[in-house]
Amino acid sequence: MSGRLTDSNSGQSYAGKNKVTEDVATSDVPKDRQNKTGRVIVITSGKGGVGKTTATANIGTGLARAGHRVCMVDADVGLRNLDVIIGLENRIVYDLVEVIEGTCKLRSALIRDKRMDNLFLLPAAQTRDKDAIAPEQFKELCLELAQDFDFVIVDSPAGIEQGFRNAIAGADEAIVVTTPEVSAVRDADRITGMLEANELYAPKLIINRVRPEMVRRGDMMDIKDVIEILAIELLGVIPDDPSIIVAANKGEPVILDSKSRAAIAYDNIVRRILGEDVPPMNLQQEGLLERLRRLMPSRKAN
Amino acid sequence: MLDFLARLFGREEPSGKQAKERLRLVLVHDRASISPHLLDTLRVDLIEVLSKYVEIDEDALEVNLERDSDAIALVANIPIRRMKPSTATRSVT
Repeated sequence: MSGRLTDSNSGQSYAGKNKVTEDVATSDVPKDRQNKTGRVIVITSGKGGVGKTTATANIGTGLARAGHRVCMVDADVGLRNLDVIIGLENRIVYDLVEVIEGTCKLRSALIRDKRMDNLFLLPAAQTRDKDAIAPEQFKELCLELAQDFDFVIVDSPAGIEQGFRNAIAGADEAIVVTTPEVSAVRDADRITGMLEANELYAPKLIINRVRPEMVRRGDMMDIKDVIEILAIELLGVIPDDPSIIVAANKGEPVILDSKSRAAIAYDNIVRRILGEDVPPMNLQQEGLLERLRRLMPSRKAN
Repeated sequence: MLDFLARLFGREEPSGKQAKERLRLVLVHDRASISPHLLDTLRVDLIEVLSKYVEIDEDALEVNLERDSDAIALVANIPIRRMKPSTATRSVT
């Protein structure tokens, strides 16, 4: 098991795998990158369990596949998970708190992804408390990372306390993840307000785990409803897809599974982040049962 | 199945619609930081003040917070039974 996870020669090659670099995580900042700064994007939600970490893993991987230098930062100190979602849990030596406290250099804590050499993870500390770092320190760290990377994707912890305040401290942009459930949408609204209070204006929304058949029956808020309620710009919609769980089981971001519908959805999101105008995907993959149900008279009620 | 039948005969709103309506209301309160309790107090005070001038139908009085895109408004629907005869002469203070 651990042998498989630490195997760095999985043999796959992606568009992002453009140049071979030394094994040291980040070699010295290349000359042409000096004074250039990348985009720092925080992924947040308020409510736990809506898919922030999965979104971070997939957006990070997608941006790297598109050829960008990407660092994913797990800001969930004490409850780290991003490492296990992308299958790098066996490679962690140092963590975020040790970098901030100066126990180790930033570059020695960065872990290179086993599939793409332009994708890195800065893991959270597992045995420390969220209060071990302050927003100013986190901001400084983000600035330093932005010197070296095109994208710094910060996975925020749930909640609105210190950990959240740390995670947003260094961000230029924010993405709010929600699901079409009342509690998640309510928290997303709270978070949107708090982001704006912290000068992170116009956050973008990802609606996760949408179940088209439930929306069709009228038993789930549809995308239009959620956007109307939250009044923020939509970045993308992810259908509820069992392949996300399968991908997490294997420690491989679902975006790499070309057959998955969630992968298409995440790829669209990545392209939108890169400025492309991507039309919304058709979420409905109708089975026979759905098609029959659609023709039934109860549809009128919806 | 019961749900389905209830909906078929138009007795119950689909739960997605209910979610939207409930959320709309709860977010108005969240955003304005006004609790339902505060709104109740406001309602009682409103009745008290208004009763000085007009006779109002207290049971039908509605006080709500409403929101369109990003502005929040306090909307009151106050059915008046009749003006009080002394209104014209009463001092505003």
